[in-house]
Amino acid sequence: MRPLSILFGGTLAATLLTLAPAPAGAYKVFVSNEKENTVSVIDSEALKVVHTIKTGARPRGIILSRDSKWLLVCASDDNRVEVYDTTTYEPVKNLPSGPDPELFVFHPSGNPLYVANEDDNLVTVVDVQTNQVVTEIPVGVEPEGMGISPDGKVLVNTSETTNMAHFIDTKTHEIVDNVLVDTRPRVAEFTHDGSQVWVSSEIGGTVTIIDTATRKPLGKIKFEIQGVTPDAIQPVGIRITKDQKLAFVALGPSNRVAIVDAKTFKVEKYVLVGQRVWQLALTPDDKQLFTTNGTSNDVTVIDVVRQRAIKSITVGRYPWGVVVAPH
Amino acid sequence: MRFRLASWQRAAMISFGLTLILVAWTTGARAQEATPAANAPGERKAVGQTISILLARELQDRLPPLSLLDQPPKDDGLGGALLAIDDNNTTGKFLKQEFKLLVVENKDPAALIADVVAKVDQGIGFIVADMSPVTLLKLADAIAGKPAVIFNASAPDDRLRNEDCRANLKHTAPSRAMLADALGQYLAVKQWNKWLLVVGSTPEDKLYAQAIQRTAKRFNHKIVGELEFKYEVGSRRADGGYEQIQLQIPSFLQKAPSHDLVVVADEGELFGDYFPYRTWEARPVVGTAGLFATSWHPAVELWGGTQFQNRFKRLNNRNMRPLDYNVWMAVRSVGEAATRKRSGDPRELIAYMLTPEFELAAFKGRKLTYRNWNGQLRQPIFVTTDKLHVTVSPQPQFLHQFSELDTLGYDRPESACKAFEK
Repeated sequence: MRPLSILFGGTLAATLLTLAPAPAGAYKVFVSNEKENTVSVIDSEALKVVHTIKTGARPRGIILSRDSKWLLVCASDDNRVEVYDTTTYEPVKNLPSGPDPELFVFHPSGNPLYVANEDDNLVTVVDVQTNQVVTEIPVGVEPEGMGISPDGKVLVNTSETTNMAHFIDTKTHEIVDNVLVDTRPRVAEFTHDGSQVWVSSEIGGTVTIIDTATRKPLGKIKFEIQGVTPDAIQPVGIRITKDQKLAFVALGPSNRVAIVDAKTFKVEKYVLVGQRVWQLALTPDDKQLFTTNGTSNDVTVIDVVRQRAIKSITVGRYPWGVVVAPH
Repeated sequence: MRFRLASWQRAAMISFGLTLILVAWTTGARAQEATPAANAPGERKAVGQTISILLARELQDRLPPLSLLDQPPKDDGLGGALLAIDDNNTTGKFLKQEFKLLVVENKDPAALIADVVAKVDQGIGFIVADMSPVTLLKLADAIAGKPAVIFNASAPDDRLRNEDCRANLKHTAPSRAMLADALGQYLAVKQWNKWLLVVGSTPEDKLYAQAIQRTAKRFNHKIVGELEFKYEVGSRRADGGYEQIQLQIPSFLQKAPSHDLVVVADEGELFGDYFPYRTWEARPVVGTAGLFATSWHPAVELWGGTQFQNRFKRLNNRNMRPLDYNVWMAVRSVGEAATRKRSGDPRELIAYMLTPEFELAAFKGRKLTYRNWNGQLRQPIFVTTDKLHVTVSPQPQFLHQFSELDTLGYDRPESACKAFEK
């Protein structure tokens, strides 16, 4: 059951309980700790670390398989993707990834896996069943952000030094378009309906919303926080709720998460979190948001309904990525 | 290892002769390799823009540094240009833009200037210079009024940013004042305020000492004494020289007034590294030896630096030095402007680089821009030991009305540069 504190109001709680896909207890939140070579496992109900998994060197990108049985971690300095069992936390196998994997994304069908190789200007396509590299796609300098449309047809990769979002056809593995965005694009995130891609530009300090069909920018979000120097506002992680009403943007060393109206692209609120916030993850019910705060070695939990930070949880050194499993 | 000197200051004292010709030949060959071979997916066959960038190096005889580890590589600076051209071309292939690197180098300033002027007359609009300040100014005046801009990647002289500034001269190299301020801000945070200044005998040492004096006044430090280090420096390779040095340095400092720190001004790296661990009092050494300020350090992994360092090492088989980084920033500035304006026209790109819209991402954790009153690139500065950075300035305690980066070096109200006034 979800904690009652989040389900204030009897009727609302009852509705949510019936509508929710009945999670058997709390969610598991996995956080990669870049400088500690571990993954912290957090219980979303108890809001504390319940287990720590030892990983390869420099764990950064972290995702789940489609059935949530596998946890995949980019061990960047070991040049591989590591697979762990989300129930036993035991290692399952390693996948080839190309050099220095940083972020990756699964095809919605569950295979293949698309990996950004930051050191090699490549996106590597990996078949996770056969452990084979299917192909490599040359992209811009320092590929990082990886987003895939819900129908699996369009893959978007951002390259940090080239400052582009590359639109890749997943059938032909060819780049079909390149959209110039502001400097150092870090993350590409599709809306649930696949109509838009949101791209964060860390040094440019903006988020560009791109129309998937036309590849034309629909809007650009700029951030302004009173008392914070503009240089410290560095957007990285983006998450959008399934109903496409709210978007969350992690703003790096400004130590804030922006809550954005996903229809009007207007910032509604800035929530103070830990230091150098980079990646974000929503729980499957879109009720809680977890943030990785690299410099303060903790994770902030934001109550999405109340739009408030409710707890900080100490994890390992330099928490980088975060993903939530629905069990 | 230290990496502060420009290659024109460094080339070995031994006569160059044949080796020089060989170097010119090999670098020329490498420069040709720098043009893109990419035939990547997404590239469309169409006539695009070709943007040529000229790296101009003045080779000058200098004494070798004290440490064998500090011997400059022959391709100092060139390595950064090759990487930046690669980076520009990886981006350029998506926009049908091709970047080409040309290299000219010479010991004779007049011949070097003539070579560059000839290239400018052939239509080259972007020159990255690794030159002495005198040659640099002569070159700037020789191409004045032509559609070309020079990026100064090595000379730290403040006069080039102040009274001797030129409208066609930008600076990716930080000035001495910026370097001294970066160090002075950190020492202010530490409250290590009583400085003993030791100055070498070269003109560059005197200029560095002037920058330190300016910083001391600016950030409320006190220079308790100033000593000139006049000893004839011995041969680096002489057997057993350490016995004498071990006695020489403490006796030199013995009668100095009470101080928190020794600030060494020795840009030629002729004696500064003799000071740490040999002082009379147990005091840290800062300045050009010990703790020093620099635009880049090969151990930096901040802000995505790891990938950047790896790319450089793969391409050049050595560590990236400050001169490489300064050249990289210059070549990338051209690339960034060409990408944003979708143009290869020098006049258009030069004008764009001075607008507030231009921003360069250069692994310093924030956007870098050019000061529109003197062409200096604003940038955070590493304050570092030989092995690892200690901090990055500006320090958070130093605030500014417009940009914290303008707390380093001469700010707009202090600038004596008139060339950028319209």
